[in-house]
Parts: sequence; structure tokens; C-alpha cells
Amino acid sequence: MKIDCKHVWSQVSDYVDGTVSPETREAIERHLAGCRHCSAVIDSTRNILVLVGDSRTFEVPVGFGERLHSRLQQSMDAHETGE
Amino acid sequence: MIARILTGERELFHDLIRPYERGLYVAAYSIVQNEADAEDIAQESVIKAYKALNRFRGDAKFSTWLMAITLNEARSRWRETAGNRLDSLDDCDEGSGDYTPSILADWCHIPSEQFEREELRQALQDAIAQLSPEHREVLILRDVQGMSITETAAAMGVNEGLVKVRLFRARLSMQKLLVPKLAPKQRGLIGWLTRKAGGK
Repeated sequence: MKIDCKHVWSQVSDYVDGTVSPETREAIERHLAGCRHCSAVIDSTRNILVLVGDSRTFEVPVGFGERLHSRLQQSMDAHETGE
Repeated sequence: MIARILTGERELFHDLIRPYERGLYVAAYSIVQNEADAEDIAQESVIKAYKALNRFRGDAKFSTWLMAITLNEARSRWRETAGNRLDSLDDCDEGSGDYTPSILADWCHIPSEQFEREELRQALQDAIAQLSPEHREVLILRDVQGMSITETAAAMGVNEGLVKVRLFRARLSMQKLLVPKLAPKQRGLIGWLTRKAGGK
């Protein structure tokens, strides 16, 4: 199987997730070996995922956990007494 | 642990949900884009889960089931408050269209210390906020929470194929939104790629 740049770009998401078929993976990797631009696209996608996946991107409000468990406890108590 | 909770050790429910509570907030926030509402949704969702725990059959992981409850709660809130519809996208068209990737290739420009900078965090949040609700959901579940494709599909109530298509579009959009902010020096290369794709 021989593929071009556009085909690689259309598969980039599945490729970084490891969900492409073995044949497609092999074809992509053969293409990447000779195409620095597509290699950059793959690296770029991975870099974006690292940024997005960083736990510091989203912070919960101060006291979130305490308020959640407090309200849950109130509801559990009310549920217990049949309110 | 669920069996013990159901047979009377109800306080264990606090421990059961503790590993997931942050993720519930983030998922809810990704939909409603409002801190107070997201917190309220996370609270409502764990209460609903507690009350419905005897109906949890174990077909999916508890975390997936809990996330599905949260997503439904958040979608419902989003519709109520904004008069919006979440099924507005024509999913059949999601996989079509031309694709020209943006590149954030030079990792040296993004040292990890930079992540402490508020503007980078803000840039990421702004980019996610610009995605459609469907794309925000899939990106948050898969790439922020680290759920598998199967778990993401189960939590969202869609099939795995649609998760992959939406993920592809969401990641593409994130690149297009972030690259101009994070790698301005690489615009020449992006322009080259755009011209190359257009010439084929």
C-alpha cells in the first residue's frame, strides 16, 4: 500500500491512538520515513495532546471536593430517612 | 465496594466517587462553560448515582456509568439555560471535508515550565471553548480524562466510529486554534503545507 500526505493527515488521529490497521500503520511509517512534513504533523498532534492532557489545564474551584461531599452526605441522610 | 454500599455501608460511597469527582467537574464544565453550573452538575450527578446505585448492572465500568449520568445532566442544563440543541451537527458530514494540518512541531518552544503561565492555560481553555459541544465532550473524555474509545462511546451514548470521527475533527480544530498562538514562527511552514494541499 502506498499513501500520500493527505491520506496520512486523514489518519493522524487514529494513528497516534494506535487504532489503524497493521497495513495502514506500516504504510504510514514507510511514508513518514521519507516525509519530514508528515513527521512534523504527527509530532505536532502528539504535542497538542500532551498540552491538552496536562492536568493543570483545568482546575477545580477551591473547596469543590468539600462542598460536593457535604451535599452528598446531606442527600444520603435524607434518602436514608425517606425524605 | 458497590455490593458493600448496597448492603448498608453507605459511607463507602464517598470513597467510591472520590477518584472521579474532578473529572466529573471538568466534563460538566466542558459543556456548560460555567464554573458554578459545572459544580452544581457534578454534585447533582453523584447524588443521582447514589440513588440509582442499585440499578447499576456492571455492564460498563462504574466510572463510565457515572460519567454518562454527568454528561446527561450537563447536556440537559445546557439546553435549559441556553435554549441550545446538542444534536445540531450533521454527523454524517463530520468525516468529510479537506484536511490541512497545522504544525506545532518544535517542542523546544514549549518548555514544561511554561505550563505554569496563565496565558497558556487560558489559550488551551479558550481553544476548547471554541469547539462544538460534541467535540468538546469527546476531547475532554478521551484526551483530558484518558478514557478509552470504548469507554468514551459508552459515556457519550454513541458508537465508537462516531467517537473516532469527532475526535479527529476535535484534534484538528485544536491544532488550528492553538498553533497560531503557540508557534507563530512556524507560520511559514504551515503556509507551505496549505499551498501543497491546495495544489493536489
